[in-house]
Amino acid sequence: MPQYALLTYHPGDPDWTAPDQADTMAEYGAFGAHAGDAIVGGAALFPTTTATSVRITGGPDGEVVVSDGPFAETKEVLGGLYLVEAADLDEAIEYAKRVPSSWHGTTEVRPLVPMPE
Amino acid sequence: MTDEVADAIDRVVRDEGRRVLATLVRTTGSLELAEEAVADATERALRHWPRHGVPDEPRAWLTTVARRRAIDLVRADSRRRNREAATMTDEPVPDDGADLLRLLFTCCHPALSVDRRVALALRTLCGLSTHEIAAALMVAEPTLARRLVRARRKIADARIPYRVPGDDELGDRLPALIQVVRLVFTEGHRATSGDELVRVDLCVEAIHLASLLVELFPRDTEVAGLWALLTAVHARARTRTDAAGDVVLLRDQDRSRWDHDVIALAEAGATDAWARAGDSPGPVLVEAAIAVLHATAPTYAATDWRAITELYELLDAATANPAVRCNRAVAVAEWAGPAAGLALLDEAPTRTPDHLWDAVRADLLTRLGRRDDAAVAYRAALASGPPPPERRLLERRLADLATG
Repeated sequence: MPQYALLTYHPGDPDWTAPDQADTMAEYGAFGAHAGDAIVGGAALFPTTTATSVRITGGPDGEVVVSDGPFAETKEVLGGLYLVEAADLDEAIEYAKRVPSSWHGTTEVRPLVPMPE
Repeated sequence: MTDEVADAIDRVVRDEGRRVLATLVRTTGSLELAEEAVADATERALRHWPRHGVPDEPRAWLTTVARRRAIDLVRADSRRRNREAATMTDEPVPDDGADLLRLLFTCCHPALSVDRRVALALRTLCGLSTHEIAAALMVAEPTLARRLVRARRKIADARIPYRVPGDDELGDRLPALIQVVRLVFTEGHRATSGDELVRVDLCVEAIHLASLLVELFPRDTEVAGLWALLTAVHARARTRTDAAGDVVLLRDQDRSRWDHDVIALAEAGATDAWARAGDSPGPVLVEAAIAVLHATAPTYAATDWRAITELYELLDAATANPAVRCNRAVAVAEWAGPAAGLALLDEAPTRTPDHLWDAVRADLLTRLGRRDDAAVAYRAALASGPPPPERRLLERRLADLATG
């Protein structure tokens, strides 16, 4: 069955481990219960303040630059992702509508490139 | 062969072609493959039929040729790993009637940008070539070609399903179809000048699409409203511009040259839909009612401006479109005087981004004798870069201010 990534974007830079995110985490728990076996993977990410960017200029043997922070400063930040199985885009969208980022920020739905068997 | 016969054959090929395309998308599971196969079949039809006559069953002819082509394409290209296409046979496939509906909804899926929906609809539902679409939309051909390729890739890679939405989804999905048809019509309205060699009339294509929607959704009052609106507006097309290509305002149009037979049909359609819509006519139906009131009025002065104003009030409340407020102001000015119209504009929360707002204000100010203010408004309208026919009209009215 085809798979999609549901990328969750939230305004600000929420820390899912903090007590003030407990309500939102409960919402995510409800989504997990709803989608059940359709979810084949995923993760919650620590805030972008914990992110590190790695860039190498001019090819794999070039100069390595490691810096503090996400790849880009954006108003909504990537907070996590789900990998779901869905027959088609409409089904994936139905799942996305139940993901809390949809009403807090944005949920991006992207098809996964099928891996050769 | 006369132009008329050529046009008639063209029409049959296009009307049948889209049904064949729709069925082939279902049986092959691939819009790209189906399009290529049907393009080949229609090309052959346009070569073969003028010489040998249109077959008794044009759809069956096209379907057979297209299916054979699709099978050949699948066999020749091992990259076409689509399983349905690979197992296609020569057996006849019945059209279960819903294929065209599926194609319509797929082309207008919300996951496709509006530009992509319009391009795809013109390609698959109207059977226009990339060249014709690019010329009609006044977009560079490579840009249009890229747009179509990306739209098809999106449908394939994201797996936009080829299905008719459920009854509970129709409320959300049908307005998108209506919007695409309206956009096609608006584009047709815009392109009054342009490449004379391209014979495509997008207004006519839009009306064909609207007729198709009426056929597929016979009980929907917004769809009925769409058809009535487009036909009522198009019935006046001949008088919108003069021989020099300049804009002729409604008040100056020669009503004897309007197509009154069509207007009668539009009126009947709108009236019937209005009765069925009960307490809650949708915005497209309201616009249709306005267009019909204009089209059935014997003169500009004898137009039922009050009724039109009430309809615009309904529309203004339902949509946040400043163009509606503009048109409402014009209607109000006709029965309550220009000051009332102007007040409506001045109270409005937003104005239109284009020249319409300033042009309407300028006209109302002129009628109030406020020539200096009117001149400022005309200059503002000109500064927003209206298309050439509108620009010439505004320049003339500005010049008239000084002399009149």
